[in-house]
Amino acid sequence: MAVTEQDVRHIAGLARLGVADERLPSLVGELNHILEHMAVLEKVDTKSVDATVGVGSLAMPLREDAGPQLPLARSRDAFAPAVRDGFLLVPRLATHTALGASSVDDEDSGTEDLE
Amino acid sequence: MSDARLLDMPAAALRDAIAANEAPASEPVRASFRRAAAVRAGEDGLNIVLHADEAASLRDADALPKRLSPGVGTTAERASDLALVGVPLAVKDNIATLTLPTSCASHILEGYVSPYEATAISRLRAAGAVVVCKTNMDEFAMGSSTENSAFGPTLNPLDPTRVPGGSSGGSAAAVAAGLTRIALGSETGGSVRQPAAFCGIVGVKPTYGRVSRYGLVAFASSLDQIGVFGRSVDDAALAMEVIAGRDPLDATSADLPVPRYRDAARADGGAADAPRDAAALATPLHTATREKPLNGLVVGRPKEYFPPSLDPRIAALCDRALDRFRALGAEVRDVSLPHTDLAIPVYYIVAPAEASSNLARFDGVRYGLRVEGEGLRAMYEATRSRGFGKEVTRRILLGTYVLSAGYYDAYYKKAQQVRALIADDFSSVFAAGVHVLFTPTTPTTAFPLGAKSDPYEMYLSDIFTATANLAGVPAMSQPIGAVDGLPVGGQLLAPHFREFDMFRAAYALERALGAEATA
Amino acid sequence: MTATSTRGTAAADAAREKYEMVVGLEVHVQLKTRTKAFCNCPTDFGAAPNVNTCPVCLALPGALPVLNYRAVELATRAALALDCKVNRISIFARKNYFYPDLPKGYQISQYDQPLAEHGALAIGKTKEGADLCVGITRVHMEEDAGKSVHDRYSGATAVDLNRAGVPLIEIVSEPDMRSSAEAGAYLRTLKQILEYTGVSDVSMEEGSLRVDANVSARLRGETKLGTKTEVKNMNSFSGVERALEAEFARQCAVLEAGGTVEQQTMLWDGARGEVRPARSKEGSHDYRYFPEPDLPPLVLKPEWCDKVKASLPEMPAARRDRFTKEYGLAPYDVELLTSSPRMAEYFENVARASGDPKAAANWVMGELSATLNATGEDLDRFRVRPADLAALIGMVRAGNVSSTAAKAIFKEMARTGDRPEQIAEREGLLQVGEDDALVGWIDEVWAEHPEEARRYAAGEKKLQGVLVGFVMKKSKGRADPKRVNQLLAARAAGGGGA
Repeated sequence: MAVTEQDVRHIAGLARLGVADERLPSLVGELNHILEHMAVLEKVDTKSVDATVGVGSLAMPLREDAGPQLPLARSRDAFAPAVRDGFLLVPRLATHTALGASSVDDEDSGTEDLE
Repeated sequence: MSDARLLDMPAAALRDAIAANEAPASEPVRASFRRAAAVRAGEDGLNIVLHADEAASLRDADALPKRLSPGVGTTAERASDLALVGVPLAVKDNIATLTLPTSCASHILEGYVSPYEATAISRLRAAGAVVVCKTNMDEFAMGSSTENSAFGPTLNPLDPTRVPGGSSGGSAAAVAAGLTRIALGSETGGSVRQPAAFCGIVGVKPTYGRVSRYGLVAFASSLDQIGVFGRSVDDAALAMEVIAGRDPLDATSADLPVPRYRDAARADGGAADAPRDAAALATPLHTATREKPLNGLVVGRPKEYFPPSLDPRIAALCDRALDRFRALGAEVRDVSLPHTDLAIPVYYIVAPAEASSNLARFDGVRYGLRVEGEGLRAMYEATRSRGFGKEVTRRILLGTYVLSAGYYDAYYKKAQQVRALIADDFSSVFAAGVHVLFTPTTPTTAFPLGAKSDPYEMYLSDIFTATANLAGVPAMSQPIGAVDGLPVGGQLLAPHFREFDMFRAAYALERALGAEATA
Repeated sequence: MTATSTRGTAAADAAREKYEMVVGLEVHVQLKTRTKAFCNCPTDFGAAPNVNTCPVCLALPGALPVLNYRAVELATRAALALDCKVNRISIFARKNYFYPDLPKGYQISQYDQPLAEHGALAIGKTKEGADLCVGITRVHMEEDAGKSVHDRYSGATAVDLNRAGVPLIEIVSEPDMRSSAEAGAYLRTLKQILEYTGVSDVSMEEGSLRVDANVSARLRGETKLGTKTEVKNMNSFSGVERALEAEFARQCAVLEAGGTVEQQTMLWDGARGEVRPARSKEGSHDYRYFPEPDLPPLVLKPEWCDKVKASLPEMPAARRDRFTKEYGLAPYDVELLTSSPRMAEYFENVARASGDPKAAANWVMGELSATLNATGEDLDRFRVRPADLAALIGMVRAGNVSSTAAKAIFKEMARTGDRPEQIAEREGLLQVGEDDALVGWIDEVWAEHPEEARRYAAGEKKLQGVLVGFVMKKSKGRADPKRVNQLLAARAAGGGGA
């Protein structure tokens, strides 16, 4: 499998990496050169492998529903690029759908400016 | 005490000297800063140090308890409490510290000072260690030479025309240049062991889950592990005793007892009188003697790590080390790890995939660099394209690609399956009675700056080290000789959580090689 | 694309005859925990912006998630209450997308190995009397994102991460509903179950329950599913029903005109009663799910699940059946008494302690509900203990207090929390049944109302009620009316010493 300029533009979009057009051809070459070396994996027989459980496969430890909030040694304003009245500010979304919505069930408003 | 004495004595001896009030705790810190100036460790020289603040480090040293008057610090409990009192510590710049910045050698985190501290740092500071610098690295730990730093490459103190290895090259160079006896690095595919080999020091990658990752800026979460550098095996073992063990803030940290790794230096290996639960993590060597401390230990020699193409001089040094193991009473057995050659392809799918997700948080919203643009999307893209360097960008793209719709099964899922086969290789060999494995750490010695411009060629530097990260097993590198005046590292690997056995072999080999280890 | 309103036209009505609505619902529910899913930050509603945040939920470099035990327990309760099979091993996954309210750049969710699957929820009865069931595809755990406020500052979106990391479950149904009314019934039943099990506060207003709907239309009799759209942005159960109607009407119109329904996301505008397409195209998302490496697999042993199951309260439907059979209550009464789990438990305690379920039902639905409504009190903190109300019922039955007096006593119990016997004694409300006292009052009435007394004695029986009233008044309600009637009757008959 080899990537094309269009693929690279697409994945750069997904990753929110602004890739300049003039950099595209060399990136395509570099990625394909790396991907060539991955082809060897296709031939490996993995039918009997269950890779769903990670390395170590220890069961998950859980925490109690209590305890002090983890502290911050510096206020949020000290490291955030733009804060007002306690809110983090970002450039206004080009379009939005619901006021005060959460992206968990409304992430469309965030991806709209994809096109 | 002279600077040379303060900085060149083993960490444990320095600690005892401070505890015995032979020197104030601030003295080794001052000596470390004088050494840094003398070897030109700053950006105009070896470029080892990214951030340091002598006044702040001295304040930390002065704040250490003075209760260590002679006789007080001798109880076992107090000794472990303050096992590193006054010992200077260098820390890789991807581990969160409260006073010095944590930039991951990236423009995207330039100037960022973490408002919380990594668990490993908290433990080391509680033991009395004093952070003297944050060290240079490949940006976000992506690289094998420390040439990918946004703040310029680090030079190898043993030969400034060569790289120190990477990605923890700054920490390795700090120890090699004598700034500290102990340093923290991080491993994802060999980033502690490979620079340790290139710089002629000891580097340990613990079992995945042995040391808390809380506060280690994630590169590839299923592979990452904080590791330690020491000038000697004992320095590294001492630091490991302090940082190992369960942390409730890391769900992948294991709830297992921590053996006293330094006991591995004893002829009987100390396993016999270790607490029962900790002893379960060490192999009993009932027939060990002072002359044959490794009686009963089986050292495996995996043939895949000794290919015909291996530099014969490196192979010869490995053979010499294996002879020493035999002389120490160990049985050396030829074994096979058949999936070894798949490690690099697997690694360069899994690691970039996880990285592409881990690095999504660097978006200009909550911390770090923000470059404004027309609207949100433009802000994201301007920030991330300006903030990330070439290699990081390449790996994010690669990782995004292998996870994207239509490619997940062919790349990511397949890679995870082959990864399981690589882990099975280790399990089978260890289940057959082998206690530790011995291999070369790297296929070459430190290469010249700029020698590897092809990314994939650079990736092959990790060919002998990435397997341990993929399988989660502990591994370490120690000096076993030199080729053309450049150090060569030998690698020990052990089953999950069997660091004790690994240290036992390492201590014995270090003692047996003596001065040969650097010649 | 024009918006479609819910206003029906003749053409639309005809289309509705011809087409069938097919609905599946995805419901996000906030779990009732004290702290967030992966860190110790409080889940309090209404804190100042970004105050409930820490290194973990701000996604500071190096911070790691650790899962909340209570969240797992509550999610499992919900899953078991919905008759799901809880998976022994479930896996957390990262759902990757960029949005300012998603600090890590991914949401920790579950993907191909969710917490639980294959459940069912009975939402009512069919015409034939069988259970009307909606299949539950899956229940999985995930975290909420923060809040983006777009209208507060000009040119900027303000982000508040207090909600980021709050634990949610997503309950996905099969496309088993065939009308907006069934969807409404599903949501109301689901809400009741989540309240019963203590899983969630279930308030759409506070955002602890959110609903997305998948809707399609097909010709009646057709078995294949039509192309579905996803409808979002509904803020109430009735909004869901109205949005479904609007979207169904829109799809019918498209199909009637010979067009095809486009798979897309529609947004409900409640104020205008319209749905309109979201701008983004379905398929432009590529979430790049992969197993979350920071969290090992969640392993839930069957024995643990059994324990959780044993701790579940009786589900509303089962309780309704039992109340009907065991206490012989009317359907309307059963519905009212089981509307909340606490009300049902309170009733049952009173019914058992008093041995008089009818009276218990009347008191709980009557005086008790009225008092709670009037004071706005919570039943949990209500001063009248079930045992005391049962005692009061016993006193009425034994004739120790009149029903009028009992109401006064109840008010006093609600005010003070005192026991009914104490109050009756203190206020002199105990019924007087001794003949000596009663005869005394009758004598006085006889003397004060000679005319009525004479006519009654002469056989004018209808005056008995009047005379009893006089006696009751004189006794300030304490006289046992039954005995007064007997004594009066005896006096009229000429016997007795009255």
